[in-house]
Amino acid sequence: MTTPVTDTPGVPDAKVAVPVISASHLDLTFQTADGPVHALSDITLDIAKGAFVSFIGPSGCGKTTFLRCMAALETPTGGALSINGMPPDEARRARAYGYVFQAAGLYPWRDIGRNVALPLEIMGYSKAEQRERVARVLDLVELSAFENKFPWQLSGGMQQRASIARALAFDADILLMDEPFGALDEIVRDRLNEELLRLWDKTHKTIAFVTHSIPEAVYLSTHIVVMSPRPGRISDVIESPLPRERPLDIRDTPEFIEIAHRVREGLRAGYQE
Amino acid sequence: MTDATAPTGKPRRKAGARWRVPPLPGMILGLIAVWYLAVIPMNVQETLTAAERAGAEVSPPSAVERRDMGAWALVARNPGELGQSWSLDRPRLPSPHQVLVELYDSTIDEELNGRRGLLRSGSLSNRGLAHHALVTLNATFLGFLIGTGLGILLAIGIVHSRVMDMSVMPWAIVSQTIPIVALAPMIIVVLYSVGIQGLLPKAVISAYLSFFPVVVGMVKGLRSPDAMQMDLMRTYNAPTAAILWKLRLPASVPYLFASLKIAIAASLVGAIVGELPVQKGGLGARMLAGSYYGQTAQIWAALFVAAALAATLVWAIGAAERRTLRKMGMAA
Repeated sequence: MTTPVTDTPGVPDAKVAVPVISASHLDLTFQTADGPVHALSDITLDIAKGAFVSFIGPSGCGKTTFLRCMAALETPTGGALSINGMPPDEARRARAYGYVFQAAGLYPWRDIGRNVALPLEIMGYSKAEQRERVARVLDLVELSAFENKFPWQLSGGMQQRASIARALAFDADILLMDEPFGALDEIVRDRLNEELLRLWDKTHKTIAFVTHSIPEAVYLSTHIVVMSPRPGRISDVIESPLPRERPLDIRDTPEFIEIAHRVREGLRAGYQE
Repeated sequence: MTDATAPTGKPRRKAGARWRVPPLPGMILGLIAVWYLAVIPMNVQETLTAAERAGAEVSPPSAVERRDMGAWALVARNPGELGQSWSLDRPRLPSPHQVLVELYDSTIDEELNGRRGLLRSGSLSNRGLAHHALVTLNATFLGFLIGTGLGILLAIGIVHSRVMDMSVMPWAIVSQTIPIVALAPMIIVVLYSVGIQGLLPKAVISAYLSFFPVVVGMVKGLRSPDAMQMDLMRTYNAPTAAILWKLRLPASVPYLFASLKIAIAASLVGAIVGELPVQKGGLGARMLAGSYYGQTAQIWAALFVAAALAATLVWAIGAAERRTLRKMGMAA
């Protein structure tokens, strides 16, 4: 397995690492029929290599928009944004990130293996390499036994795992996840959260993760970015003191509850303004 | 009401359920009955003329007067002289059994006993419906292939080029507003003048009718992947061709099949219309010949063969659709 070298694997404090995602005074205004909508306002944030950053906030706070800016799916109207030291669109063309959407979006006409191979086919990997990589990432998300099954034969949670495998297949250092577990029930979500942490630990990816759920954000992240709407902005950045190893019952510890409380306070403050 | 709500456990039989007829045969029987009835007023002029020739008293006795009278009035005034209605030599409306006899004569009987039939000459008789149906089918298939191919290509162009979207679609729509019967002879004449005749002109007319549903369906189908799917392709930095082959085309297959069902029927109509001015075989030629010589039974027989062909073709596309979509995991 070839994983990119991170500075200090296993150490949760990512402050010393180089920022892979860097935004300064980022602005984005959509021109709509009802007049301009200020989606992002003065966003300044550095995300270090190997960090797991969650974006949490109410609808319309711009968290998804910010993620889409990183992916060059939206173009900011002001400020600067760099991904791996490149402008986002260049980073996109360099295939610097894998993107996971809220819906798995697997092709019904391809089996799971071929779905995961889709980006590899497009990027021109050889057949042998495709097979090797598909096997590896399916193993990573524990779907090896389902390589030849079709999406409709899998549960929603399994489909989402397959879509994560698809995003991992081409070894981008950055994983952008837009509410990937938002449509799943809580039990499945817990399990996938646990798996995602293990995956992050194994692969040393930098993950930007958009969510609605406070427990999910606190459980997963090294950094929690609390955002508030109209205009979309960052109201708090919380660095989690939780260890890198996180069993599910860490959610009952006082530290966990305290961070969750702080996130909730931050969200409330954003609403009151 | 008390009966209906009584807790007898057994569902009450509806009144008249004993006489219930299955829906499809019931409808067919009904249509045949209407047809047999319609034969009387439709053929009343000829029936009364035949009865008069046979020496019967007909009212009014003057043929000129009868010609100006309504069909129902004649029926009402000559209820006893209508026995010939269903067995005239040249009826305006042949009765169902006459059409069936004609169907039998021009298919099985012609091939078995005809001088030019399959049994004696070793090839399908050119007077038989089977031969004409095959001629039409040839043009239909070729036209269908051309029309479908053209339709898919145009749709790909329309989806990828704004200029084509703005310029081709209006013309495609206009093309379908011109009556094909007006256009068909012109196409044949123009193609003949450049030395093209035979199968191709008919196929061109057939394609002219069949490309349109394919264009409309495929444009919709190629555009059916949602914003998320397109975004995903963008994150892979996928080239346009990859998006077309790996996403747009597979996603459009259900739309394609819906269009193909319309297109194959349109192809058949196109081929038949294309045969009208040429008169070199085919169901269209057969129908027109029937109308020239007052052989209405022949027209109707050809009509039924055409309808059966259309039904079979549409069914075949439907079967292919079910197979393909099941294989692609997209079965509804």
